[in-house]
Amino acid sequence: MRKADIANILYERHGVPKREAAAIVELILDEIKESLANGEEVKIAGFGNFTVRHKRERKGRNPKTGEEIGISPRRVVSFKASPVFKQQILDERT
Amino acid sequence: MTKAELIENVTRKVDGLNRTQMDVLASTVFDTIKDALAGGDKVEIRGFGSFRLRYRAAREGRNPKSGELVRVPPKEVPFFKAGKELREMVDS
Repeated sequence: MRKADIANILYERHGVPKREAAAIVELILDEIKESLANGEEVKIAGFGNFTVRHKRERKGRNPKTGEEIGISPRRVVSFKASPVFKQQILDERT
Repeated sequence: MTKAELIENVTRKVDGLNRTQMDVLASTVFDTIKDALAGGDKVEIRGFGSFRLRYRAAREGRNPKSGELVRVPPKEVPFFKAGKELREMVDS
């Protein structure tokens, strides 16, 4: 499933014109991205929380050459699915 | 940012829809992602990231209260991987 498929569902279920539906999906995603880019977490009730985690510097290895390299400290996005989301997966996948 | 704040912000950028209507649309977006995964599909959004299920093997656990050994069955859990654009936006 891709962005266009999500927009299409907004059209089918709620009659939102396709172009507007695509724009709305885009705005929702952009809003989440902006918030995370500002270091702010995004909490979507019933879906999950996106958080920005700060990773310390660590040592890694180039898997090809075996050479040891430093991995600089960085910020990464992590997502924790809500209990509702996890339960739906358990219910519908088994 | 909470879901309510997200809806508020998006509503301000769209003409002709109020918050209640936007809530319905945003909820459908998130429900659609959940339903896709529950149906065994994955969701890939360029620039944002992808949602898929990760398999967790069965394992033996312990009830932390009684210390009793319990069998935890295999299961699938939702997993999100940030896309390139999002990764770069966050780490800069």
